[in-house]
Amino acid sequence: MAEIKNYTLNFGPQHPATHGVLRLVLELDGEVVERADPHIGLLHRATEKLAENRTFLQTVPYMDRLDYMSMMQNEHAYVLAVEKLLGCEVPVRAQYIRVMFDEITRILNHLLWLGTHGLDIGAMTMFLYTFREREDLMDIYEAVTGARVHAAYYRPGGVYRDLPDSMPKYQVNKYKSAAEVARLNTHREGSVLDFIEDFTNRFPKCVDDYETLLTENRIWKQRTVGIGVVDAGRAKALGFTGPMLRGSGVAWDLRRMQPYEVYDRLDFEIPVGKNGDCYDRYLVRMEEFRQSNRIIRQCVDWLKANPGPVITGDHKVAPPSRATMKANMEELIHHFKLFTEGMHVPAGEAYAAIEHSKGEFGVYLISDGANKPYRMKLRAPGFVHLSAMDEMARGHMIADVVAIIGTMDIVFGDIDR
Amino acid sequence: MISTIKRFFNTFLLIELLKGLAVTGRHLFARKITIQYPDERTPQSPRFRGLHAQRRYANGEERCIACKLCEAVCPAMAITIESAQRADGTRRTTRYDIDLTKCIFCGFCEEACPVDAIVETRIFEYHGERRGDLYYTKAMLLAVGDQYEAQIAADRAADAKYR
Repeated sequence: MAEIKNYTLNFGPQHPATHGVLRLVLELDGEVVERADPHIGLLHRATEKLAENRTFLQTVPYMDRLDYMSMMQNEHAYVLAVEKLLGCEVPVRAQYIRVMFDEITRILNHLLWLGTHGLDIGAMTMFLYTFREREDLMDIYEAVTGARVHAAYYRPGGVYRDLPDSMPKYQVNKYKSAAEVARLNTHREGSVLDFIEDFTNRFPKCVDDYETLLTENRIWKQRTVGIGVVDAGRAKALGFTGPMLRGSGVAWDLRRMQPYEVYDRLDFEIPVGKNGDCYDRYLVRMEEFRQSNRIIRQCVDWLKANPGPVITGDHKVAPPSRATMKANMEELIHHFKLFTEGMHVPAGEAYAAIEHSKGEFGVYLISDGANKPYRMKLRAPGFVHLSAMDEMARGHMIADVVAIIGTMDIVFGDIDR
Repeated sequence: MISTIKRFFNTFLLIELLKGLAVTGRHLFARKITIQYPDERTPQSPRFRGLHAQRRYANGEERCIACKLCEAVCPAMAITIESAQRADGTRRTTRYDIDLTKCIFCGFCEEACPVDAIVETRIFEYHGERRGDLYYTKAMLLAVGDQYEAQIAADRAADAKYR
């Protein structure tokens, strides 16, 4: 009898289904995966090392570029760690703005996940629908921060600026008449908060549409039910967090377990799955859409009723407003000190973790009292999930590997850092 | 029993697929949201952070006083400044370069500038045909500023109360 050898297949790093630059070395027996060996590091940018040479403020924009699908949440973990070391007070309005943008970011991230996960396993149209909603959210991002993706909006001590009271509008052009532009601008007449509120009214219908397309769909079910099963015990042992853990039936959510900012004042539920397969994780994330939408709505209501400062008044941490900076010597000195030397953070260590769209995203900071961190360590949820690749993919077909990559919601920015 | 029969019919009549198809069908006749890009544009915020520009005062004097705050705060170290005393005794830059291939468009330079000299404009479709074309010198930045001053000033005015 002829000797039969396993076949080794190199999957990625240029393959579109690897969501970036994942290289998988698959050992195959026919079409069945015997071993999946993820090779990472192709997007390594040394963010942790760079932070050691940057002031505490300068590291903020680098945080956006970690998990580049949930930008502000990365910033959030970082500023929380810095604030913990500083022991500084954050105005409540800033906390609500942060929570609102965390949830907007969660929806942004899950929309991209749904679109690409669908695209990978054969549901082409999802991508088109989810990107339509992403556009609205990115408009909110741009109106508030000035960038569609890399926001650089959170600051130690609050957020950079308050929410503007107008939304940018469409202009008349040769394709669209005044009437048509007016129709496009109907949602944009009020403030940014009005636009967000309007979005929260529209969004549940969109989620219903996604669910009509996928939840009962037999092809979708065939591709996801029973694929990549992880039971609750194994999920905990492997260090899963976020929807990956909740899909296995463990109701663990940092927003509830260790409430940060104002999550303890908000009303929301934590969806959990049952079987721990790709389909349950899909259901968990679909429900998270609705819960995030609820949280955003509550934040909008609060923010509308409670104006106030959005960044701490301590000028050793946050710069003074431009008007006072230009009028007073004292403030000008603070301004110069902050933008050249930066803030000095008391010596010590702090770990701050948030419930990121993908799981627990943590920043561990060590300060030696200088204006730069002595060391920064990032806990990226994607890294932990990816290390379970072999266990989840073993025994499945090659095509299921794509479904498993999709369900892990892999983004290479934070795995490779 | 009833549910088994129900499921049997649902499966064989392709109910859930037809429901999905109905969603697609509905969108087929819905209003399109496509933008014909170069001719029409998506809305752009006054806070938008695009290409940099150097501004002048109304009398034509350049604003930048070479305090080098932007150079100090730039996380990507994309700004290079050299300064000297001018014939009239004022301190000005002799060199002000931004390497746009390094720049991460965080907006800190604009935030740091005490005289509103360096700003980030709404322009996002600049390009270079060679790598060196994206190395913006002082003259180039001032030219951008001169060309778009009206828009830049309007955007700063719109956002002034939040800063």
